[in-house]
Amino acid sequence: MSWIQDLVSPRERAWEDLYRNRHQHDKVVRSTHGVNCTGGCSWNIHVKNGVVALETQALDYPRISCDVPGYEPRGCQRGISASWYLYSPLRVKHPYLRGALMDLWRAARAEHADPVAAWASIVDDPASRRRYQEARGKGGLRRTTWEEALELVAASTVHTLKRHGPDRIIGFSPIPAMSMLSFAAGSRFLQLLGGVNLSFYDWYCDLPNASPEVWGEQTDVAESADWYHSKYIVSMGSNVSMTRTPDVHFVAEARHDGAKFVVLSPDFSTSAKYADWWVPLHAGQDGAFWLAVDHVILKEFHADRQVPFFADYVGRYSDAPFLVELEREGEAWVPGRMLPASQLARYAGEEHGDFKFLLWDEASDAPRMPQGTLGFRWQHAKGRWNLELKDGSDGAALAPRLSFLGAHDARYRVAFAEHAEGKVAHREVPVRHVETARGRVAVATVYDLLFARHGVSRGLGGEYAKDYDDAEAAYTPAWQERYTGVDRKDVIKFAREWATTAERTNGKCSVIIGAGVNQWYHADLAYRAAITGLVLCGCVGRNGGGLNHYVGQEKLAPVAPWAALAFGLDWAKPARLQNAPSFHYVHSDQWRYEGAADLSHLNQVRAPGGFTAGHTLDHQVRAVRQGWLPFFPQLDRSPFEVVRQAEAAGARTDQEIADWVVRQLREKKLRFAVEDPDAPSSWPRVWFIWRGNALLASAKGHEYFLRHYLGTHDAIAAGEAARGEVKEAVWREEAPRGKLDLIVDLNFRMDTSALYSDVVLPAATWYEKDDLNTTDMHSYIHPLQAAVPPCWEARSDWDIFKAVAEKVSELARVHLPRPVRDLVLSPLQHDTPAELAQRELRDWAKGECEPVPGKTMPGLAVVERDYPNLHRRFISLGPVVRKAGLSAHGLTWPVADLYDELVRDRPTVEWGGERYPSLEKAAQAADAILHLAPETNGESAWRAFKAEEEKVGLPLADLAEKTRGVRLTFADLARQPRRLLDSPCWTGLTGGGRTYSAYCLNVERLVPWRTLTGRQHFYLDHPGFLAFDEALPTYKAKPELAVLRDLDATADRRPSVTLNYLTPHGKWGIHSTYGDNLRMLTLSRGIHPLWMNDEDAAGIGVADNDWVEAVNDNGAVVTRAVVSARIPRGLCLLYHSPERTVGVPRAPSRGNRRGGGHNSLTRVRLKPTLMLGGYGQFTYAVNYWGPTGNNRDTFVRVTKLEGAPRW
Amino acid sequence: MNVRAQISSVFHLDKCIGCHTCSVACKNQWTDRRGVEYAWWNDVETKPGAGYPVLWEDQEKYRGGWTVEGGRPALRQGGPGATLARLFHNPALPVLKDYYEPFTYRYQDLFDAPAGDDQPTARPISLLDGRPIDIESGPNWDDDLGGSPVYAAQDPGLARLTAAEREQLFEVERLAFFYLPRICNHCLNPACVAACPSGAIYKRGEDGVVLVSQDKCRSWRMCISACPYKKVYYNWSTGKSEKCILCYPRLEVGEAPACFHTCVGRIRYLGVLLYDADRLAAAASRPDAELVEAQREVLLDPADPAVAAEARASGVSEQVLEAARRSPVWRFVKEWGLALPLHAEWRTLPMLFYVPPLLPALAGPAEGDGGFFTSLERARLPLRYLAGLFGAGNTEVVEAAYRKLIAVRLHRRAAQVGDLPPAAAAGALAAAGLTPRQADEIYRLTALASMPERVVIPGLAREEQTEPTADPQRQYAAGFGFLRPPVGR
Repeated sequence: MSWIQDLVSPRERAWEDLYRNRHQHDKVVRSTHGVNCTGGCSWNIHVKNGVVALETQALDYPRISCDVPGYEPRGCQRGISASWYLYSPLRVKHPYLRGALMDLWRAARAEHADPVAAWASIVDDPASRRRYQEARGKGGLRRTTWEEALELVAASTVHTLKRHGPDRIIGFSPIPAMSMLSFAAGSRFLQLLGGVNLSFYDWYCDLPNASPEVWGEQTDVAESADWYHSKYIVSMGSNVSMTRTPDVHFVAEARHDGAKFVVLSPDFSTSAKYADWWVPLHAGQDGAFWLAVDHVILKEFHADRQVPFFADYVGRYSDAPFLVELEREGEAWVPGRMLPASQLARYAGEEHGDFKFLLWDEASDAPRMPQGTLGFRWQHAKGRWNLELKDGSDGAALAPRLSFLGAHDARYRVAFAEHAEGKVAHREVPVRHVETARGRVAVATVYDLLFARHGVSRGLGGEYAKDYDDAEAAYTPAWQERYTGVDRKDVIKFAREWATTAERTNGKCSVIIGAGVNQWYHADLAYRAAITGLVLCGCVGRNGGGLNHYVGQEKLAPVAPWAALAFGLDWAKPARLQNAPSFHYVHSDQWRYEGAADLSHLNQVRAPGGFTAGHTLDHQVRAVRQGWLPFFPQLDRSPFEVVRQAEAAGARTDQEIADWVVRQLREKKLRFAVEDPDAPSSWPRVWFIWRGNALLASAKGHEYFLRHYLGTHDAIAAGEAARGEVKEAVWREEAPRGKLDLIVDLNFRMDTSALYSDVVLPAATWYEKDDLNTTDMHSYIHPLQAAVPPCWEARSDWDIFKAVAEKVSELARVHLPRPVRDLVLSPLQHDTPAELAQRELRDWAKGECEPVPGKTMPGLAVVERDYPNLHRRFISLGPVVRKAGLSAHGLTWPVADLYDELVRDRPTVEWGGERYPSLEKAAQAADAILHLAPETNGESAWRAFKAEEEKVGLPLADLAEKTRGVRLTFADLARQPRRLLDSPCWTGLTGGGRTYSAYCLNVERLVPWRTLTGRQHFYLDHPGFLAFDEALPTYKAKPELAVLRDLDATADRRPSVTLNYLTPHGKWGIHSTYGDNLRMLTLSRGIHPLWMNDEDAAGIGVADNDWVEAVNDNGAVVTRAVVSARIPRGLCLLYHSPERTVGVPRAPSRGNRRGGGHNSLTRVRLKPTLMLGGYGQFTYAVNYWGPTGNNRDTFVRVTKLEGAPRW
Repeated sequence: MNVRAQISSVFHLDKCIGCHTCSVACKNQWTDRRGVEYAWWNDVETKPGAGYPVLWEDQEKYRGGWTVEGGRPALRQGGPGATLARLFHNPALPVLKDYYEPFTYRYQDLFDAPAGDDQPTARPISLLDGRPIDIESGPNWDDDLGGSPVYAAQDPGLARLTAAEREQLFEVERLAFFYLPRICNHCLNPACVAACPSGAIYKRGEDGVVLVSQDKCRSWRMCISACPYKKVYYNWSTGKSEKCILCYPRLEVGEAPACFHTCVGRIRYLGVLLYDADRLAAAASRPDAELVEAQREVLLDPADPAVAAEARASGVSEQVLEAARRSPVWRFVKEWGLALPLHAEWRTLPMLFYVPPLLPALAGPAEGDGGFFTSLERARLPLRYLAGLFGAGNTEVVEAAYRKLIAVRLHRRAAQVGDLPPAAAAGALAAAGLTPRQADEIYRLTALASMPERVVIPGLAREEQTEPTADPQRQYAAGFGFLRPPVGR
């Protein structure tokens, strides 16, 4: 065509240099985003003229194997917008101080030469304290100098140490894996101080409690490349194509390799769009769906036809063959405790016989004691804690009998509660009789109980399901229809496809699961229903199989040395680590707005009363007293004061101090702070927040935070309900407002937390500091690096806390010149012999047992604090690591020579006559971690496996033999992401080009899970779980509005619509990060809107993009509506999580105050079973076990905003 | 035969997750500037949807692309005479509200707000004049069916459907959507080039990239209305039109264009296609239903020695020829017929091709009786809608592509799991016209290919371009100071 000419003339094309110039850059530096997304993507930061121009993804991940798709490029729309922050008007460039406080501080400093005295003069005066508290969040920030800010922060810290004790100084920072040294900076400072770190995984409601319940493991999942091996992928409560942006290509690629992708989701999500099959089930009802799937699997693949692979798998790797004693209850029988070996004459005298459980051996036709159960883990003779099917006393081979059907002594009618229907079903279960120390008892296998629980009869009598169409019998495909809205035919088809695929592929079926299931009150039950389907089909511990929980689960791979460094364990143990849900439930006074009846409605039980009765706070207090959960502040007085009083009473040794404390507690002369949470002596006082948005994005009950922590304005309509309802704690008529003396926020952006804080310190962005990053979405470790120096007055978190430590040490030379003895209370810990502490529920405070520290109550330890040397300790890797070795998950191995190599070859610091590896710079700390961790040092890995070998009694060190010479350094990582080495701290096996999948180590090398039986648990043998009817997989009703009572105090302005309020992870932010930046706001709608169904919207006269107000008793949100047919009726979505700081008008229904954020509409409801402790896998570890900050059981009323929005 | 080389692309829509990483990569690299705040050279749209600029597919309104007059292609907006008449008033031009008014926020207020009685918030303001605005549109406004009763319902492509079909597309258990990422198509018959009164737009000889010379552009903006894809944008600050440059500065150094490099869904493929320029006019003049096939016919087999000889004779370099033989685009477009041009009926011969998305099957009880995978019969989006996008109305070319996509999956399932009737996979392959080996190759390129296999960039002999303007006695191109001296020096 004549009019289309190709132009080649160079002269006419010389202008093309214009765009070439724009493209040019001077250097490229590898970094990533230390943000809570679990992406762990390696990025190249392009710097031009000393300024960050833009970022693109690194493409140089070492390929795992040529038959698995690669990881390049990793990084999403949010990450690629990060460079916007550096030079944006939202950037915190200088230190800021709240104006009202600045005025007070400067006046006080003029009067007091001593900064600590100056601070005391402000906070000791209620009027001046109120003045700046009430100003919080309301503008009036003023620029200050680093010098002034550091002095104020250090003065408040020292004052609080002296006046209230270190356990009143708290810190919050989430998800260390994303930038582990930035996290460690603050936690190291706090722990050397004796302060408290709040947990995050449980608070974010991302901790899947079912994981510790079933596997004794916090969370371990497959890397995303492993999805590619799966042949049946089910996504539930997760929206991978929206939230796992850099990973989801593996799903597409698996689909093109013959995998089927099924999405369970109430809305037509972006993942549903991507799926072979969308199952539109009702929100929060995934558990009902899976229970019915399990019913079909049990019937067709375990009863009508036995699949050898499945039967062999559950016999070896689950508790299915273990024996449960049946107990008489009226006319019927109920499942009781697992029968322990101590009850059998044959095993009399076995060490820890109460913690060795029994199965029925086919050959000897007798109950026998297999290896690998909890007792073998902690007994003196090592080497029998493994999954070989052998008798632990004589080594005889065992063949476990799964079912007594056909070989039973009798059939017992066993009662099963169907809570949702309010009835009890009686079903026959085959039993054998066993002679025990207590006489003859009837036992059933967990496997048989599982059939009975799911209503699969196998010819047994009683109220079993007649067939799949029996809608009255739990848990049939017909039964689940009323809860899920899913047709029974779909459930049957799903179950058959699932199990057939697993049978054909030896378990290559997987579940991707996340917040959409995990953030409900009864989430652990839903998870267990899905896990049952996995374990019944042999899908756990397989490449391409397993439960892949992806929400907030970031994996800090080099965990052992990192934990030592992050929690100051290189200087002193134990650390003060607090589960945040309990902390915030109590201290932000959310408990005051809840009655005792609320709990009984939320959590129905067959036999109310007894252990299950009471107010949630009563359960919380009991959990603290019995050592199940931590709680800080610990006691009604400073821990320094406690030691001083004990010493004054004549105590000399640590043991005598502990004895004195126990006596005082028993006599109630000394009380736990949680027993009187609103007393001023129980308040937290100083709060450090860094790397997180603690006051909004994660603040379930945000408005309660504003009222009770901050003492500023709030939008709460709810009335108090706990008066007279709480038995174990003091009720104070007047709820305190403004418990906190000081809130310090380290931030690079002015987010809601910064806006409401007293001191805002300018933090370096991810392109301005050195750090380490790992995730469980892939199996590499790689760095953050400073592409440019910290901009303006910013400093890295490491340098900021180092500076605070230096200032604290300076003031301490005057105020705390000598070492101080501190009493630390700590809960019974998972992966320690404390797992054997409490087989029964006995409360020492009620005289049911003796108070014994570390056994029936919290452990008591005396720790010496050295404040003048706090800064020196901060920058020195302490000697405890060298002496005690590294520990993780109950393993310990020596690293003294590796420590000495650091002293010999790397920078050191010298003081007090000793030389230590230097931690002065973050990159030095990174190198110290890399040099010690088994995941990055092959020698350390080999030794850790050797230590594990000893415990397990089977060869394992061969796994580390080939990579024993590997030594990674920070400089190596700067060149290329490196794949992590296998380590016994984790459970996947990656040698020989394998993708990481959880629990392969357990299945292939017979290392037990860290549970009661050492196997995967269908049955939760704990008196608390039995009391709450949750020992077996079960269904409990999703709480509706009448139970939740979210709208009792909220006036109805019609027309309105009441909707279930969900806050799933969204497309345009990672929590609140990125969601306030111009790129993401432009690509969305310039606001964080409320998504609702078109008919629901039409019913209240709302058109697309209209302003709406969503309110309930907790607060109010004002935003615009997105009206869409892809949202089902009856629910609305406000994607997690908007800031109040960007484009939020005022809320008419709350006095025309500024509209809130998504957490203005939530408050937490803690589940008591998750507070249990001191027994097997139900034993505390931080971010590992404990109640969660669930938030999806929430309703709101939505109305159209009248008139124009008010700003 | 007049052989030329075109760097061309395939977007595999089945893998697209609509994340917009591509859009931000492009924005950061090229249009984060005054005058083009509103311009997204790369954007991603939800279909059905109204798109960006709104209703850009409606050529009744915008008059873009070509029609056929007297057996020859003719610009829909009119030839040179009509252009002259509309130089000062072109009613077919999109205006700002058809894109959106770019906005930002008064972030500084968060720092500067004086102490008051309530929390400050950063109000939205216009990025153009700083005044407070109500945000009512954006470059991705109907993302994920947002505002479906308004925007998705307006999709011009729905006109091909019956009223009943349209209605059910907006019932929650029947609706469907997918993503359509769009950049400049770097067409073989670009309407923008033909429409430019200043001769400022040209195709580069070595790679076919279409560029607006920032020297020659005189802001007549005829390219903006002529481009039916609305992928030329007016920079109101410089007074020049700008558009996607396929990141030629990156191509020239062997790097993938930014949107390809950053495509985290791994949907983007890039490679050389050879074509016969002598056959373009005829191809662009065929009836709608034949246009997809006509466009395939102008593509030449790089493995054919005769084509290679002609190519050399036409000045195609050995490096480009070698790259053409490794081109993933050739395989998707020509060898397998899986990738299809967007709106071929506009006759610009676009050189960006789309593998259509496997569509979700119907949800709900009906699935209980359905097959194992997606099937064409049970797809939620009517094929006629897809044919309107990717087949110039011809459903057969779209169906053929789908038969292959489905057959590959059945074939792989049979090989990997073996739980489907053996005849199912074989039958599907036969019906799609694929051999098992071809199916494996399609699977490999779809699933396993790494970046160097997905993006095959020829060496572009930059020294030949710089030679005429460089001083051979000095360092060749990386001199101190300016590649291009400032005006007046």
